Amino acid sequence: MIGITAYGAYVPRLRLSRQAIVEANSWFNPGIRGLAKGERSICNWDEDSLTMAVEAGRDCFAGTAPADLKAIYLASTTLPFQDRQNAGVLATALNLGEDMMTMDVTASQRAGTSGLINALNALAGQGGQTLYVAAEKRRTKSSGTHELLYGDGAAALTLGRDGVIAEFVAAHQVATDFVDHYRGGNEDFDYNWEERWIRDEGYFKIVPRALAGLFEKTGVKAADIDHFVMPTVMRPVPGRIAKKAGIPDGAVRDNLHGVMGESGTAHALVMLVDALQDASPGQNVLLVGWGQGCDVLLFRTTDALAGVDGRQGVKGFLARRKEETNYNRYLSFNHLVTQDRGIRAELDKQTALSTLYRKKEMLTGFVGGKCSRCGTVQYPKSNVCVNPNCGAFRTQEDHPFANIPAKIQSWTADNLTYTPDPPQHFGMVVFEEGGRLMSDLTDVDVGGVDVGMPMRMVFRIKEHDDQRGFTKYFWKAAPDHTRQ
Amino acid sequence: MASGIKDKVAILGMGCSKFGERWDMEAEDLIVEAYEECLEDAGIETSRIDAAWFSTAIEEAHVGKSGVPLSVALRLPYIPVTRVENYCASGTESFRGAVYAVASGAADIALAAGVEKLKDTGYGGLPQRNRGVLQSMYWANASAPGSFAQLASAYREKHGVDAGELKRAMAQISVKSHANGAKNPRAHLRKEIDIDTVLNAPMIAEPLGLFDCCGVSDGAAAAIVTTPEIARSLGKTDLVTVKALQLAVSNGVEASHNSWDGSYFMTTRKAAERAYKEAGIEKPRDEISMFECHDCFSITELVTMEDLYLSDEGKAWRDVLDGFYDADGQIPCQIDGGLKCFGHPIGASGLRMLYEMYSQILGRAGDRQLDNPVHGMTHNLGGFPHQNVSSISIVGRYDG
Repeated sequence: MIGITAYGAYVPRLRLSRQAIVEANSWFNPGIRGLAKGERSICNWDEDSLTMAVEAGRDCFAGTAPADLKAIYLASTTLPFQDRQNAGVLATALNLGEDMMTMDVTASQRAGTSGLINALNALAGQGGQTLYVAAEKRRTKSSGTHELLYGDGAAALTLGRDGVIAEFVAAHQVATDFVDHYRGGNEDFDYNWEERWIRDEGYFKIVPRALAGLFEKTGVKAADIDHFVMPTVMRPVPGRIAKKAGIPDGAVRDNLHGVMGESGTAHALVMLVDALQDASPGQNVLLVGWGQGCDVLLFRTTDALAGVDGRQGVKGFLARRKEETNYNRYLSFNHLVTQDRGIRAELDKQTALSTLYRKKEMLTGFVGGKCSRCGTVQYPKSNVCVNPNCGAFRTQEDHPFANIPAKIQSWTADNLTYTPDPPQHFGMVVFEEGGRLMSDLTDVDVGGVDVGMPMRMVFRIKEHDDQRGFTKYFWKAAPDHTRQ
Repeated sequence: MASGIKDKVAILGMGCSKFGERWDMEAEDLIVEAYEECLEDAGIETSRIDAAWFSTAIEEAHVGKSGVPLSVALRLPYIPVTRVENYCASGTESFRGAVYAVASGAADIALAAGVEKLKDTGYGGLPQRNRGVLQSMYWANASAPGSFAQLASAYREKHGVDAGELKRAMAQISVKSHANGAKNPRAHLRKEIDIDTVLNAPMIAEPLGLFDCCGVSDGAAAAIVTTPEIARSLGKTDLVTVKALQLAVSNGVEASHNSWDGSYFMTTRKAAERAYKEAGIEKPRDEISMFECHDCFSITELVTMEDLYLSDEGKAWRDVLDGFYDADGQIPCQIDGGLKCFGHPIGASGLRMLYEMYSQILGRAGDRQLDNPVHGMTHNLGGFPHQNVSSISIVGRYDG
């Protein structure tokens, strides 16, 4: 049996109130007034598709990566690097080793599901398990409809043969160059065609073809579908397609529009994880992916589904939320406005790639050291043990820090240093097993930080080198919402 | 066992420029301003100087690297000139170099000079600087006030001090320094302030407001040192000698090992213990007449009072509120206004502190002259609480 062995997800903590978007923009575009309900997820300034992918992957592992991982896929159309394998950064951040197949899957909203079909099919020849992650930080122009409809998020699955929680039954794909929108090379934003045409000539004709192909292939009846997972920003469309196909009305999954918005390439998997969190053993889960054609995948949950625990999933991260009502902050975080950042933002931020490579486990993987003589753990590793009562030379063994619980020993909120979201909170973060780091804090609010606060480390953007187009990543401490 | 530095070296002369926003001056002009006073005080010609040490910290912002800028500014006669840098404690490093040279016998007369020209950087506070190739990849995005503000949260936690009470004691530290600075014609900031002004000032890095932070200034200071014997031979009768000169440098324990609680300076305690021993001081609270500490931020001064063993641990904030460190208190602190008001041209600051202690001991301190001070101490710190260099000097009357 091949299928899904575990799931995880990530939704950024910030939720931009749609009312705030409408209030800021309806003077210009009165047509958006009907979309003022609910909220959409938005990345913090230091989050992007790669950082969300890392968090979704960690959630999927629930603390321990499978030992037999052989492949890592990262699906997204908003990856930070066009030519530097993003899945490779993901693998390094998750400390998954180097004897591994890594690959980015991109260039279509359908990439999330197409890549998944491929990853599942490849398992037969590959053996072991696969980590499959889809993430999207959606980018739109200001004031348009899509800004209200989209959201940011990520989902992760491990795929394998043993401990399957949702068996991969079959897939069917239709590929046709139906261009409802496109994003040209080196363009920041999508260009969209008329919605009625997309609905009538696109969804209503192409999705039923794909569904028919799958049902014919498997012999499964539409009436037996328990969860119909179809992402689209056109809310009535999945219901109408389901009805026409004979899929029970109650099987149509909520597209999470009210609580996070549509997360592009990731959204089919985000909705799938949400469905798996609700599903019972023995149910049929039908997953639809859309974009220049249509993918449909059928999964059947197993008894093992009931044993999945320790994952936040979509529901856990949706529950961890902070409402954002400042539309200007969203504009700023997404580089949609030109701000006077002041002289402190002018510092040259060049990265020495040779140093980054030499220290990739330390910087990207957040691996410190443990003294083989005295057992002291420390970050970063050093030639001489930091324990004043030891001081042994060259005794440091790799010790991963990312998952060690931490707390704040001292902190400040710094208004002087440049940060995209002042004040810059940082402080001495002390790890439970020993070791410490004067660390940037993230996902914290003014007045919400105190000594002793439980923290967990998260992989985030440290800064952008705008001069050279390089994004620097490192780890920061965020409030541990599971231990508050 | 080393015999230490006590009474081996005397200060022959000192000079200090006016600190402040010296828009009309280059670094070289500031050096000359301090040196002319120093040379006149010493009563010698430049040709008598055997070796020189030159301190600047952010040299890329003004004079550039090496000993050359000092040698050129003063037309030194092809003597050894060494540029030193040790964060904000650089000034004391140039003094240490000159004093050690004389003590070793390698030089009869040596010069220490420090300068910083910070007001050509375009920044209000200290300029933003690259931390180094690897450090910039993982160090927190911290300003100087942000790094030192960490002390306050750890101190509150450790000693159970209410945030409001601590903020008030910190404010009193700045009020005291402004009162002192107002009497000092060479100080950068010469305006008295009241406690409400401090408490209500804009927040720079919680809980440090604008008036909890020292000035950033242009300035230079210099010292010429020699042996007591040579000083006497040059006609000096009232001698001020070096009683102790200590430096402690972090080794990464505070930054990476959980034995440090973040509320004090490990380095200052080590340096102070050694300095008192070197100077033969057993009860510092009774024997230190006055001191200049590195009050880059009010909270730095507060915890330093404890790290120098002048206040009991957890009690400095009470001493401050009780006026113990005021100009008319038992141990006046920052009698010249300190970094807070005299200003902080980095490479000069350690020498500026010594200049005040030297002037007070010789009775030359004008309106702010203290009554018969015996031992003056300087504490010159650089870096961050979790990784720093801390130097302590004690000077006093020579009884030999």
